[in-house]
Amino acid sequence: MIRFLNLLFAPGFFQNTQVMNALLLGGVVAAISGVVGVFVVIRGQSFVGHAIADFGGAGAAIAVLMGINTLWGFLGFGVLSAAVVELMGDRAREHDLATGIVLSVALGVESLFLYLDTHFTGQAGAPMMILFGSIFLIKPSTVSIVVALTAATTVIIITIYRPLLLCSIDPDLARTRGVPVRIVSLLFIVLLSFVVAEGSFIIGALLSTALLIGPAAAAIRITHKLGLAMLYSAVLGTLAVWIGIVLAYDSFLWPPVRRGWPVSFFVCALILLFYLLTRLREKLPGSGIMMVRRVT
Amino acid sequence: MLDAGIFTQSFMIHAWIGGTIVAILSAFIGFFVVIRGSSFAAHALPQAGFAGGAGAVLLNINPLCGLAAFAVGGALLIGYLGDKERNDVITALTLVATLGAGALFLGLTNKYATGAYALLFGQIVGVSSDQVVATAFIGIVCLLCLAFLYRPLLLASVSREIAEARGVPVRLLEICFLVVVGLATAIIVPVVGALLCFSLLIGPNATSVYLTSSPGKAMALSLLISLVTVWISIVLAYISGWPIGFFVSMTGALLYACARAVHYFRVKNIRLKAGIIQC
Amino acid sequence: MISPVKVKKGDAILSIENIRVQFNQRCVLNDVNVQVFPGEFIGLIGPNGAGKSTLFKVILGLLSPIQGSVRVLGRAAKSGDRLIGYVPQKLFLDPNIPLRARDLVALGLDGHRWGIPLPSKVRKKRVDEMLKAVDAYRFADSPVGQLSGGEQQRLLIAQALLTDPQLLLLDEPLSNLDIKSAYEVVNLVSRIGREKGIAVILVAHDMNPLLSVMDRVLYLAEGKAVMGRVEDVFRNDVLSGLYGYPVEVLHVNGRIMVVGGNNSGINGYPLECNCCKSEAAT
Repeated sequence: MIRFLNLLFAPGFFQNTQVMNALLLGGVVAAISGVVGVFVVIRGQSFVGHAIADFGGAGAAIAVLMGINTLWGFLGFGVLSAAVVELMGDRAREHDLATGIVLSVALGVESLFLYLDTHFTGQAGAPMMILFGSIFLIKPSTVSIVVALTAATTVIIITIYRPLLLCSIDPDLARTRGVPVRIVSLLFIVLLSFVVAEGSFIIGALLSTALLIGPAAAAIRITHKLGLAMLYSAVLGTLAVWIGIVLAYDSFLWPPVRRGWPVSFFVCALILLFYLLTRLREKLPGSGIMMVRRVT
Repeated sequence: MLDAGIFTQSFMIHAWIGGTIVAILSAFIGFFVVIRGSSFAAHALPQAGFAGGAGAVLLNINPLCGLAAFAVGGALLIGYLGDKERNDVITALTLVATLGAGALFLGLTNKYATGAYALLFGQIVGVSSDQVVATAFIGIVCLLCLAFLYRPLLLASVSREIAEARGVPVRLLEICFLVVVGLATAIIVPVVGALLCFSLLIGPNATSVYLTSSPGKAMALSLLISLVTVWISIVLAYISGWPIGFFVSMTGALLYACARAVHYFRVKNIRLKAGIIQC
Repeated sequence: MISPVKVKKGDAILSIENIRVQFNQRCVLNDVNVQVFPGEFIGLIGPNGAGKSTLFKVILGLLSPIQGSVRVLGRAAKSGDRLIGYVPQKLFLDPNIPLRARDLVALGLDGHRWGIPLPSKVRKKRVDEMLKAVDAYRFADSPVGQLSGGEQQRLLIAQALLTDPQLLLLDEPLSNLDIKSAYEVVNLVSRIGREKGIAVILVAHDMNPLLSVMDRVLYLAEGKAVMGRVEDVFRNDVLSGLYGYPVEVLHVNGRIMVVGGNNSGINGYPLECNCCKSEAAT
């Protein structure tokens, strides 16, 4: 038994504080991403979710240049540009283009500052850290910030759960019921940018979409009960991150020796695996898929 | 400030030719990207291509092969899995799948500081003469495909139902279009970078729709804007040494803002005149 | 451009015999028979989910029935048949999309063909004529996305007419229009149909705007159909037989309403009208 566990968890796994921090943070962030992700999928905001991560990337690149914690960069720029996008376009397709233009500006700024980072701070790895994540390099001081942020997001989600759900499924009905749809949408996109910032911080700006969309898309294919979908989504996300961390830690012993495979790769691969499994399941009779299609 | 070298050095000549081809191609492809509202796919495919390029750097083969393989593969995946209502989720997952592979390639290679950065941010001064030939060839193929698909694609973009009733194979058409976009991004990415390929696809057409409503004029205008954007960016990148993608996105956004301002005042004027007539 | 097909008097343009359509064991259309003759205006009426869109797909050759035959001018239905013009419910377009009204109509002429269109005088003349025929010439150069629902509907009709069809299918063209525009669209379609001898099938929730122009009505419910003149179809016994439970046809100020339930005066609600139905259900 112990030999088997040793095979699964490479030596020193449980003694390493970095790994413990990574497990804690990864679990918390994956869980909240899973819950918020279900809303994102229902509202059809995958593109916005991904764009927020890129906005945040620009902020993080600036933060590296100024020598402050990248989390603040992700957060600041993410929230700011998400609000701009929400206020810029009303109709669906206009929204698409508005997001596109703001995104393109953010990417321009991001690429400039990443370039400046490599030239002026001497951190050649900065772009890779921002774009592809650095879960093992998180400072212990940041852990409490992320946990606090997640707690705040959870509380707000619980508070606005029902109006948000109504707005997501039928904005017109919500309006007739007196729900301030505009405000709820704005609030949601701010929460979304919190969650995306955390995701970008741990698995990178380019890949935070994996945590946000992947588990949610899989969960919605398993169940048509929304609350249950959120639970599944959170569990799937957390599992993917934890197994990913274990594998990444183990991979230091794999070829090419001593380089280690990136955590982000394992997380993405696992999430996709989950999603593809749920798609296979759909081919079997008796699954509750038709219901979900109708709801969304 | 501007020395003659910008036009005479051989690598700059390559840059001018490559940049011009890329500008022409992205103007026409961008027209359909904007009309179909498929910005997300236009954003995802270059990044998929980047992952392929990173893989090519790892395996020491021509980056263009990796770029084309991943971008076209991504396009096929989006086209094949994407049912109508969940298209954005499928696009997001395709993006994640390819970028996850990209993260692995980058993690395993030692050379990412040069090869991969060039693909991410664009390295127009690094365009070789072989690459110019490949760019021209793929560019012409893409333009021919687009001309062939033009009318049914326009019809399907305006109304999927009419196109189906007319016997147009709509799904196949959509997949073909995505493949053309994928192929085009394979040549755009080395020039302007994976992050900003998207700006060049969206920017000029998003700008021209505010200025004209005729499809022909919109395409001509986009072509002009696209060429101006790329040329200005080449000059500025040459002078400053900063990544070209930054200038592409800034020029594009500036022109977009101008077009929206012009549109705003035009609409206001029309309303004012209408008001006077009513009085 | 397209050689006109000679239609002998008395020959049906569309003839559907005993068709049955199923999705995953669920029967959507069962034993439906339809005959449509040149120049006829048919109103296709029925509640949501009765199979109206499915019937259109069958006529357009996009779905094949598991049993029965569908013939358009004596030939089996096939997809892309130029003799059928199709008008979708509405357009979903961005207001700034770079497409003018005339570009949309021109797509009706050759939108299904590969390659880029070459400028031609004949093409422009045909498009202009059609724009005038549907009274849309004055906004020919306006962006499609900024036109009203009624104006867009005229353009959709124009594009469907450009292939010189013998049969025009309109899928709920009135559902997004105000009452005035709805009457305008109905009168336009009816006038063009009579002038050119085109048979028209128009899907509607509410049959009242059609009452003055409709030659016959095709009523679909529960996957079954009855067809006949208005006064022969809108009868308590005919529709009750179709629905399989008692329904009542009410005549109020020259308008017709079909109401379900036994105590129709208290619990009844109009069966075709979608909005009323959902309210009644809640």
